[in-house]
Amino acid sequence: MRFSGTSTYITSPELRDIVNVAIDLQKPLLMKGEPGTGKTRLAEAIAEDLGLELLVWNIKSTTKARDGLYVYDTVARLNDARFGDGDVRNIRAYIKHGPLGRAFASEKRMIVLIDEIDKADLEFPNDLLHELDQMSFLVDETGETITARERPIVIITSNNEKELPDAFLRRCVFHFIDFPTPDFMRDIVHVHHPDVEKALLDEVLTRFFWIRDLPELRKRPSTSELVDWIAALRRAGISAERITAELPFLGVLLKRETDVELVKRAASRPRRPGF
Amino acid sequence: MFVDFLYHLRGHGIRVTPTEWLALMEALARGHARASLGVFYHLARAMVVKRESLFDTYDRAFAEFFEGVDRQFDLTEELLSWLSNPQLPRDLTEAERQQIPHMDLETLYEQFEKRLAEQKERHDGGRHWVGTGGVSPFGNGGSNPQGIRVGGSGGGRTAVKVAGDRRYRNLRSDIVLDTRQMGSALRRLRRLSSDDQAHELDLEKTIDQSARNGGEIEIVMGPPRRNRLRVLLLMDVGGSMDPHAALCEKLFSAAHASTHFKAFKHYYFHNCPYERLYSDMSQLKGRPTAEVLKEIDERWCVILVGDAYMHPYELTQRGGIINYGARNEETGLQWLQRLRQRCPASVWLNPESERVWGAPTIKTVRTVFPMFPLTLDGLTEAVDTLRGAKPNIPMKEQAVDPMAAFRSL
Repeated sequence: MRFSGTSTYITSPELRDIVNVAIDLQKPLLMKGEPGTGKTRLAEAIAEDLGLELLVWNIKSTTKARDGLYVYDTVARLNDARFGDGDVRNIRAYIKHGPLGRAFASEKRMIVLIDEIDKADLEFPNDLLHELDQMSFLVDETGETITARERPIVIITSNNEKELPDAFLRRCVFHFIDFPTPDFMRDIVHVHHPDVEKALLDEVLTRFFWIRDLPELRKRPSTSELVDWIAALRRAGISAERITAELPFLGVLLKRETDVELVKRAASRPRRPGF
Repeated sequence: MFVDFLYHLRGHGIRVTPTEWLALMEALARGHARASLGVFYHLARAMVVKRESLFDTYDRAFAEFFEGVDRQFDLTEELLSWLSNPQLPRDLTEAERQQIPHMDLETLYEQFEKRLAEQKERHDGGRHWVGTGGVSPFGNGGSNPQGIRVGGSGGGRTAVKVAGDRRYRNLRSDIVLDTRQMGSALRRLRRLSSDDQAHELDLEKTIDQSARNGGEIEIVMGPPRRNRLRVLLLMDVGGSMDPHAALCEKLFSAAHASTHFKAFKHYYFHNCPYERLYSDMSQLKGRPTAEVLKEIDERWCVILVGDAYMHPYELTQRGGIINYGARNEETGLQWLQRLRQRCPASVWLNPESERVWGAPTIKTVRTVFPMFPLTLDGLTEAVDTLRGAKPNIPMKEQAVDPMAAFRSL
């Protein structure tokens, strides 16, 4: 089972290698990197390339580790007991598996994406250590142990909102997605806009990387914002020359008022770095 | 050689654990480095360096270690010799020893031998793996460590050169980067009132418990999940602080954007806080410091930001205040001590490099406040100190003669 990238998701060779190591050694793969560098998309790409089903577990601040394994729906059972629907003696019918639980219980190998693990409580990753190591869990209510027949491929993303515990990090394979270089960015843009004119793209990329290098910028625009910007520029039929002169649709790239003003000020300076 | 590399990494402060090391060995034995140092560079990093803030340290360690051996290093030989006599560092802590997994190295060795045999059949190229047949295995072999052109021509750059580029310098945690990182460091200040009495209805648990009870209502109470964190931020502006203005502004916006403070106040001062604190940077609008102190108590955390670099008089003399037309009846040092006594959970963040912290006024300020550099590491340490500070340490009013305190330095 080897991951080799897909036509719609471009990966660097070293990322492909590391995905394959994680799959081969059956260790969770932890992905970090600037927002918009395609951490979440990677799991989709692996699923597509290997033809496996992807289960996404979106983490929120209130998510508990057990939610990913199973939830015991006591309220439904009570309701059935009162208003007489279904066999309430069968507790198993009220145990609903979460994404990890489903992957463990499945006959087939699956991919589980634990998205934005840093959103949860500090203890959350530690609560999952045992389950990720052993790939099994106990359902307290039924006394049943569910063990994965096919160990799922686990991809975890973090946006660095919180530090992750050492014990958890030790068990992961770690990759940090570098921000794409201009050449690599060109390839990425071509995936989304296959027929973009070269002159426009040159101009947009020069501008984009110039903006990202402005030191006082609060939030640097990401790949996805660049793709949106190009879409907006093309839809409006704006020429390459006008991009330099006017910087249209800056709001697509920059989400903060102060950043927009900063870029406009910097652009109006007579001598500009990078030009 | 391999164990040397492990030692080398540990010597540079990358605390590789046995589990991680053995996982790397397993990956090598399963052929993931493809006998290329360029691939090994990324592989080893993924297996043993788990924080991007350590990437730069890793790059330096890697470049240093493999400098010169780039051309003569045979991964295959190295791995075979390691596997025939597997060693781990002797300086492991007890906890690290505990983590050593019971990995069957014999099996690993056999696996590896088998893999080598397969390679031999396919290539007849001695001990070289994958396609390079007879060529030195240390070229980049298609793996472009810069990770740019896909399908295009790879560079002929060696792993050591790539590591020598130090592309991750900006991710180091001993320099501060952006507002987001500061925000996430500050977030660790959050102290939920877990020691409070359980006097709030936990609706979710009540429903769950009642349903488990067959519908018999069972009330579950819990401690309120309210944040009690109160922060007072005092920042030095102007003069010697000008070069640090951008950095301080980032800290300010991180603190200001934090939604998890129950209360947040900020004031400015110049060099040292005296009778008045200012609510604007130009220090025109102000309030008496005593008034501000009255509004806060020991539940507050105080974060002072400044270079603590000034004339000694400004700290130790009445009337030493730098602002013309102002006169302080009490010394700056007295005001600092008063602040510290009011809020034991207080720290001083200094944007100046620690090299200059021997300066007299900085030393004096450090007798009052624990001081940390204004870097990500420093901020994290400061937050730990604030978290650990007991809110009710009885602190006696110290009758310090400021001049004597200063002379004793």
